Amino acid sequence: MTAVLHAGPRATRQKPASVAGATLFMAIFACYFLAPIWWLVVTASKQRSELTSSTNLWFAGPFELLTNIGDVLTYQDGLFLRWMGNSVLYAGVGGVVATLVASMAGYGLAKYAFPGREAVFNVILAGVLVPTTALALPLFLLFAKIDATNSYLSVLLPSCVSPFGVYLARIYAASSVPDELMEAARLDGAGEMRTFFTISIKLMAPALVTIFLFQFVAIWNNFFLPLVMLQDSSLYPVTLGLQTWDSQVSHAPELQLFVIVGALLSVIPLIVAFLCLQRFWRSGLGAGGVK
Amino acid sequence: MAQPTLTNAPPVAPAGSPPAPPRRRTRNWGAIAGFLAPFVVLFAAFYLVPIGYSIVESLRTVTRSGTFGPVREVWGGFTQYATVFSSAQFWASILRVLRFFVISVPLQLGLALVFALLLDSPVLKGKRFFRLAFFVPYAVPGVIAAIMWSFLYAPSLSPFSLLAQNVDLIGPGLVIFSIANIVNWVFTGYNMLIIYSALQAIAPELTEAARMDGAGQWRIAWSIKIPMVFPALILTGVFSIIGTLQLFNEPLVMRLVSSAVSTDYTPNMLVYATVNGGNYNLAAAFSVVLALVTCVLSFTFLKITQRRAEG
Repeated sequence: MTAVLHAGPRATRQKPASVAGATLFMAIFACYFLAPIWWLVVTASKQRSELTSSTNLWFAGPFELLTNIGDVLTYQDGLFLRWMGNSVLYAGVGGVVATLVASMAGYGLAKYAFPGREAVFNVILAGVLVPTTALALPLFLLFAKIDATNSYLSVLLPSCVSPFGVYLARIYAASSVPDELMEAARLDGAGEMRTFFTISIKLMAPALVTIFLFQFVAIWNNFFLPLVMLQDSSLYPVTLGLQTWDSQVSHAPELQLFVIVGALLSVIPLIVAFLCLQRFWRSGLGAGGVK
Repeated sequence: MAQPTLTNAPPVAPAGSPPAPPRRRTRNWGAIAGFLAPFVVLFAAFYLVPIGYSIVESLRTVTRSGTFGPVREVWGGFTQYATVFSSAQFWASILRVLRFFVISVPLQLGLALVFALLLDSPVLKGKRFFRLAFFVPYAVPGVIAAIMWSFLYAPSLSPFSLLAQNVDLIGPGLVIFSIANIVNWVFTGYNMLIIYSALQAIAPELTEAARMDGAGQWRIAWSIKIPMVFPALILTGVFSIIGTLQLFNEPLVMRLVSSAVSTDYTPNMLVYATVNGGNYNLAAAFSVVLALVTCVLSFTFLKITQRRAEG
């Protein structure tokens, strides 16, 4: 959008050869990025017997996508649907709680000066660099001590922490919540908490959406934590579930088609969400630089 | 392994509130505690405590009195670390991911930079489409992407059967490139967007002035845009170092189709195998050393790139 702005009328003055070359170059890579997803759609629409006999990037044989989807959803009493539900639960609830908690902390750090503020902030910032894989093993051992592994909470609770969210919320609160407004609310007799929940949180809404999206995706994609925590397949998120099916393909070849259809089903909601909400994640990616 | 990244982010954000009058004392301690407590409690419980616990566990060792006696965990000092440092498996896995880094990251970030520069230049048509198309793979979880590509690599299923049948994409020689391809497929568009956001933050007057002075698009990209987005590039580089050392999902999935991927292929796979073998203390020590190696490499990278940026 902004790109168009400063390209302006000069865009027409570029040499046609450069425009064609650049566009062709990008088109080739667009094929590279989209072809695997296209292959997934095509292959998920095939009959099982066609799976290996016609391997190309176009539909072959009868169009079986809906039948295949029906088969996947009903296989093993609807286990796949349960995995999708679990993923939505982990990512949805984890994302909401993480966003709320992180935005409160970021707001507190931005709008109130107190001794030790920078120290607290720096420790949290260091947390951004800690990969979640490094935490999964000790978390498993700690949860095992209180006999709490293999439960919804064992995956959900660690997902409620987003140090990156605190960072983003702090930057955003600093620039979007005016001190005068807080002062006015104080004069009107509102408590600090009440001011946050009725006024400030609305001003911070774009940042909250961004934090939620990033945390949602991070939890949705997280694989290592559920892998070490969960034994009961009815608690699995869809990533772990599909990986389990994939690992059984050598004994149960009929699962191969289910893995392909399941992969497609698991990917579509996220792609759709990304496309619809792109305004938000773009502003989130840029937030650190612009403000 | 994706980490949200920030553009041009200074290590510490500029302080939020305008400078308070110097004599004002901290007020609102109650409110400050109320805002910070929920996060601080969760952060302590699920970040600080596990890290501390890892370190403690890594310093302990399991002993058994007699062959059938009860198992006890006792203070072991640096016993586990001695094992880590003499473990050929561990260092081989570190070297393997470093090789992976060299194969994957320069290409990934190089392409991301070129894509971002093209998106930001006036010579490209259909920017909106390309921006989205390149970013779509990021919505695919690493495990799912790996499952998908493992089918594409398989000679029986691949639409590129001529290639897959004649070249052993999952054999010992090429499997590392095949895994790198999966990672690059997922993350190139994401890095492209980070660099693109940084490019968007450059003041238009700057490139405009250069253009008036007669600089072409190449020249503007090389002399103005790339230096301006260097901090964003460094940041993506650091996150790539961390991500590469933590590599786990993709090789785990590839192991199902390729015998060339061993259970100790990457450091994290070795940690996982060690946990499955029941040796938690050694696994904890592996994790701690891996974290230290990550730290050292990230800092070295930062130092080198900073020096280059200054010189």
